[in-house]
This record gives sequence, structure tokens and C-alpha cells, in this order.
Amino acid sequence: MKKSRIFSYIYIGICFAFFYLPILVTMVFSFNSSKSLTKFTGFSLKWYGELLADGEIMKAVYVSVSVAIIATIVSTILGTVTAIGLSKNRKVVKEWILNINNIPIMNPEIVTAIGLMILFSSLKITKGYVTMLLAHIIFCTPYVITSVYPKVRSLDPNLANAAMDLGATPFQALTKVIIPMIKEGIYAGVLLSFTMSFDDFVISYFVTGNGVQNISIIVYNMTKRINPTINALSTIVILVLVITILIVNLVPMMIKKTKEKQRNEKAC
Amino acid sequence: MKYFRNLVKPYIIWSFLMIVVPLLLIVLYSVTTGGNSLVNIQFTLDNFGKIAEPIYLAVFIRSFKIGLITVLICFFMGYPLAYMIARFSEKVQSVLILVVTIPMWINMLLRTYAWISLLSDNGIINSFLVSLGFEPVTMMYTDFAVAVGLVCDFLPFMVIPIHTSLSKIDKSLIEAAYDLGANRVQTFFRVVFKLSLPGVINGVIMTFLLAISSFVIPKLLGGGQYMLIGNLIENQFISVGDWNFGSAISLLLAVVILFLIHLMKKMDPDETEEG
Repeated sequence: MKKSRIFSYIYIGICFAFFYLPILVTMVFSFNSSKSLTKFTGFSLKWYGELLADGEIMKAVYVSVSVAIIATIVSTILGTVTAIGLSKNRKVVKEWILNINNIPIMNPEIVTAIGLMILFSSLKITKGYVTMLLAHIIFCTPYVITSVYPKVRSLDPNLANAAMDLGATPFQALTKVIIPMIKEGIYAGVLLSFTMSFDDFVISYFVTGNGVQNISIIVYNMTKRINPTINALSTIVILVLVITILIVNLVPMMIKKTKEKQRNEKAC
Repeated sequence: MKYFRNLVKPYIIWSFLMIVVPLLLIVLYSVTTGGNSLVNIQFTLDNFGKIAEPIYLAVFIRSFKIGLITVLICFFMGYPLAYMIARFSEKVQSVLILVVTIPMWINMLLRTYAWISLLSDNGIINSFLVSLGFEPVTMMYTDFAVAVGLVCDFLPFMVIPIHTSLSKIDKSLIEAAYDLGANRVQTFFRVVFKLSLPGVINGVIMTFLLAISSFVIPKLLGGGQYMLIGNLIENQFISVGDWNFGSAISLLLAVVILFLIHLMKKMDPDETEEG
């Protein structure tokens, strides 16, 4: 039994090494003092300095962050409102909307991308920042709906009526009763759409134009040349994402623990 | 009640315009000629016939081959990983699964970029080999590099569904198998593996879908000449400009993938109950 335990530690270790090797290499070489991507010649923050000085990359960072923030806000509102409305509709309507909603989730990204590319060019919309933003809202909203809708469905359908009987306006019933009860689903939707938007390459690549680039597109265009500033950029992006994910996952666990402790103390 | 019913209306219009119309446009482009001018279109099925031409057929065959290789490697690496993770206590399991999922959240482009510096001719792996006295190996721009990139990116999609299936298995069933005289190998193949099949099917289909429709990894690690279905579509839209043929390939890809997902949902008992 003990032998197989050791074996599984080793195997899990190898698999994790495979997952994290590229990430680790990127991080280590972002602190390299020379341009070499194979020999570590000494510690320096040179590439971080160059990153900040590189106007093109900083512009891409701005595009990625601003698109992700706006797309997250719009798709969270649209998705939440739709999910709440869905539960009050007839079954046929519900099923139709959910099925259509599933199309962008299941379809390969490249098919969604070219569909939107054809749509924007048929409508004669100039491709650029606006089309990228629109596309991101389009593919983020279905994820918000799928994470919020199950929460709405588990609510007591009479809650909103009770609130309104007690004198709340429909808007108050929505913002003071329903939304606080489904907030976990909304948070999941926010996290999902922000990371989906921030990481997206395929859809952005097909719907952008006029030299508007996000981080993924700029990395794609830079792979021909060795450029350690990309490593510095990666390191920052990875750290921000990992810290966010850890906070999102660990904080609820810690809150649960302290609550349990308090309960135990009270019980004593 | 009726106050909230209308809340779906904006999304009905939005999803029709932004999800249904683009799909209809792809269908329209795939059965017509005349490129981007919608004035003088002619209906034809030539675009689909063109797919059967040897050069394009070779792309499809190569995509399926790479897809299958990726699935096989992911399965033989991922099943043991999921199995070993499932044997830990629940707390440890959730941490290990978090470690598996974190790479999925990190930009795919950035991770693939890192593989270039690892695999290139004078990259890290090769300089390591040389320092040990071996000959350097060409890895970039080969099937090997593409497979490494695909497996590294899509392995979590195999591990997570299998782990979910394995952790749902009632432990008393395994004990019952032992009590009835089965040895460890028999218990594994006749009980555990069979009960984890929904997860396996889910993982196999997911990784296959992702692998055959990807175009970034083959392009970066396989080089400009390396063509998979995704690259062929990109080529038609970005460089060749034959949107009609590109649409036909996309439509075919979408149909194959939606069919496979439908199949997957049918085999998964949890999904059908809800639907």
C-alpha cells in the first residue's frame, strides 16, 4: 500500500511538472539579464522596464483589460436579467432560448469567430475596437446565463410576489430580494466572463481590424522574433490570474472555517 | 410574476441577431458563390465538393489523426492522474483539482509561446541534452511539438470529468467486489473502470473536439506549413479570401462537433435527467 502511495506522489508530480513547466520557464526567464531564452545569465528587471516602455504592448494591455471589464459588466447585466426572466416564461420559450444560448458554448470558437466576422462585414461595420467588444459580449453572455440560471431556478417562485405584496416595487423586489439570493451564480458568471474575455484569441483575431490588438493577438504576431518582454508580460498576467483564482477559491473556504469555529465556540 | 417575464425580450432579439444570424450567414455563404458581394450570388454545392479534393482531404485526415493521438495520450496520462487524485482525502482532492485547473485559466497563447523556447533547436531541452552528451533533436515544427502543445493544453479536460465520475463511485461497491473474491485487477476493470465510463466518454469527446478545431497551437508549434482544419479555415478567410469555401469547411466542422456533443449528452445519464 505504502509503495503505491509513493508511486502516485511521483506520478502526480510528473504530471504537474508537465503542466507548470512552460509557466515556470516563462517566469524564470522574464528575470534573465540577457536576451537568451536558454541560458540564465543573471537576475535583472530589464525586461519589465522594456515592457513598460513599449507603447504597442501597453496599448494591447489597455485593450485587453478595458474590453474584459466592459464585456464583463454588460454581459453580467444582460445575462442575469435574462436568467431571471427565463424562469418566469413558458417551457417552450425557455427551452428555445437555452438551446440557442448553448450554441456559442458548444460550437468551436473558430466557427463562432467567422460567423461574427461575416456578420460584421455584411453590416458594413468597420472592424476594430467596437467589433471586438461586441463579440466579447456575445460569447460571454451565454456563460453568465448558464451560471446564474440554475440559482434562479432553485429560488421559491413566490419570493418576488411576497416582496411586492409587502409594498416593494418590481424593481425593488428584483434588486433587494432576488439578486442578493442569486449572487453566488452572478459572481461565478463575472469570473468566468472576465477570464474568457481576457484570454480570448480566436474570436478577437477574426473580428478585429485597424491595428487594434489585445494581448493574445500581439503575442501571436510576436512569436516569429524572440522577445523576452513577452515573458515579463506573461509573468504579470499569470500572477494576477493565479492570485485572483486563489482568492476566489480560498476565501470562501476560510469564511466557512471561521464560521464553523464560531458555531463550535457558541455550542460550547 | 408577469413583471419579470419581459426581461428575456432583449436577449431574444440580441441572441437572434448575434448567434442565429451569423450561423445562417455561414450556411448561406457555404452554398453560394460570388464571394462577399451579396448582389450576384449563385447557389451551388461546389464548395462542399471541393472538400473532397486530395489536398483538402489530407488536411482532414491529418486533423483526425492528431486529434486521435491527442486523445490517446490524454487518456493514458489523464486516467491514472484522475484515479490517483481520487484516492486522497476530500480536502486534498479539491486542492489537487485546483492545481489541475489553474493552467486552464491562463492565456493559451502565453503557454504555447513558452513551449517554443523549450522545444526549439537551441532551446532549453536541447541544451540540456547536449550538456548530457546527447545529440540535439529537432522538435519544433513536427507532429511531436504539436502533440505536446495540444496535450499540455487539453489534459485537464480529460482529467476533470474522469475525476468527477471516479469520486462519485460508491466505495462499498469496491469493497463488495473484494468480498466476492475479485482481485485488484478484476475490481478495477469490472467495477471501477465501468462506473467511470461516463467521465471517460466526456473527456475523450471534449479533448477530441478541442484538438481538431484548434488552430493556434498547430500554427505556432507546427509552423506555417502545418495545416489542420482550423488553419485551413483561417487561410480561406484571412489570406486566400475564399469565404464561401471557408464557410463550407466551418459548417462541416460545426455539424461534426455538435453531433459528437449530442452523442456525449445522450450517454451521460446525469445530463439527460436535467434536459
